[in-house]
This record gives sequence, structure tokens and C-alpha cells, in this order.
Amino acid sequence: MRLNFNIEGGDFTKAGSASSQVKKTLKQINVSPTIIKRVVVALYEAEVNIVAHAFRGNISVDIEPEQVHVQLTDEGPGIPDIDRAMQKGFSTASPKVREMGFGAGMGLSNIRDNVDTFKITSEVNKGTTLDMTVLISDNQ
Amino acid sequence: MKISDIVSAIDGTIICGSQYLENNVENAFASDLMSDVLTLKLQNLLLVTGLSNIQSIRTAEMSDIQYVLIVRNKEVTADMANLAEESNMVLIKSPYSMFKVSGILYQKGLKPVY
Ligand SMILES: Nc1ncnc2c1ncn2[C@@H]1O[C@H](COP(=O)(O)OP(=O)(O)OP(=O)(O)O)[C@@H](O)[C@H]1O
Ligand SMILES: [Mg+2]
Repeated sequence: MRLNFNIEGGDFTKAGSASSQVKKTLKQINVSPTIIKRVVVALYEAEVNIVAHAFRGNISVDIEPEQVHVQLTDEGPGIPDIDRAMQKGFSTASPKVREMGFGAGMGLSNIRDNVDTFKITSEVNKGTTLDMTVLISDNQ
Repeated sequence: MKISDIVSAIDGTIICGSQYLENNVENAFASDLMSDVLTLKLQNLLLVTGLSNIQSIRTAEMSDIQYVLIVRNKEVTADMANLAEESNMVLIKSPYSMFKVSGILYQKGLKPVY
């Protein structure tokens, strides 16, 4: 099953609605709560990153029996130094983003901690792509 | 601690979820940083926050946090209340500050996460 969402940069009223939809879908097909939480926490952080840091983006979620694969692509400023962006505490979030409760510089590392595979690529002045997978296994 | 006892200890107003007042919660976490909340592994949790916007409710939704307490009587919008209700949360607000709410609830036995 594949789900697709378009994300508008700057629109904090809707930020998280894609993640919420994915959560409902995973619940309906009886994925375990622990796995659901890992998927949606990572997805929500990444969705908020598009809203907070990019102009617009797309989320595609592939749900298969053994794994959930998520790809987020955005058009935006890109990330000049990914290693630095991955460090806890590094943030370029605007005051508006901070007002919404984000900008701690913890999102990317939190995403990485919740997923089984994680790949981020970025081109300055073009955009960022994030690829991640959470494995679904019975003993989780 | 029983949710109804929490509500009375902090002079709280229930915005939604009054059907869950007999539930019990053991731990609480106080933060205005949503990414901090999103690192928590615990689930049966009370979130105490000064952040009153749709993202504090979304964060609770994604984290499977059922109890949310907004301090300093910050305005709770209809969108927030609707989302909280839809997610079966108990949403409470208190006139007290984060410091006071945390102090009272800690003293009454709610446990910290860290
Ligand atoms: N999609 C993106 N486009 C451009 N820059 C990004 C993107 N995602 C992350 N960044 C950059 O990487 C930094 C770190 O991201 P991270 O998610 O870890 O923290 P944050 O979003 O600033 O705060 P939070 O803790 O709320 O997530 C951001 O401040 C921003 O500079
Ligand atoms: Mg972030």
C-alpha cells in the first residue's frame, strides 16, 4: 500500500496531518504500537522539518508486510553540512518555528534513533531527500 | 495518581476527556520543546507544557501521550480541543505556572521520566 502527501512549507496548522493519517492507517492494519510509534515519531519530525525549513515537499509511504519505507523530498534551501545538522543542538530554526515548539536541534538525531535504515541527501538551494525504513517483525 | 486528583490539585479545568478521569498515570514530563517530548519512550504519561498550539497536541498524538496539561491558562483553540478529543486525550488547563504545577504534582507522587 502506498500513501502520498504534499506538504506546504510554513503551514504549521497542518504540520503533522500526514503523520496522523499514516498512524491511523498503520493502526487499522494492526501493526504493533511500538512499531507505529517509531514510524510516526520519525515521520512527524521529518514532516515538521519540511514545514519549518523548506518551501514545499512530498511524502511517500510504502507499507509492506515486513517494513514501512518512507521517502520525503523537498524543495528548499538544502542542508550545507549534514554532519553538523545531525548533531544534537544544532538548529537554524526561525523564531516562528521556535514559537511552535520546535528548533531544539534534536529532530534529525531522533529520526535516526527511531528507524532501521536512514539516508539523507541534500543539495544547497535545491532541496533535501530523506529515506528511511522501519522493519516490522513479530518480536518488537 | 488519579487524573481527577491531578485536576483538583492544580485547580484545573477539563477541556476534554472527562470520561477518563478515573484513569491513573504514574509519570509526568514538563517541556515546551516538542522534539524533547518526541524522544520519550514511555507512554502512560502526563505532559505538562506551556506550549498551547496544535503542535503540542500533535506531539502527544504521535507519542501516544494521553494526558496533556496546559499551564498558565493559555488559550486552547477549538482545533486543539477537537484533535485532542479525536485522539481520546484528557486535555486540562491550569492557571498555575509550569514550576508550580510540577512542584505540586511531584510532591503528590507523580514520578519524573529522568
Ligand atoms: N528539510 C530540511 N531542509 C533544510 N534544512 C533542514 C531540513 N531539515 C533539517 N534542516 C536543517 O538541519 C537543522 C537540524 O534539524 P533538526 O530537525 O535536527 O533540528 P530542528 O528542526 O532545528 O529542531 P527540532 O529539534 O525541533 O527538530 C535545522 O535547524 C536546519 O538547519
Ligand atoms: Mg526538526
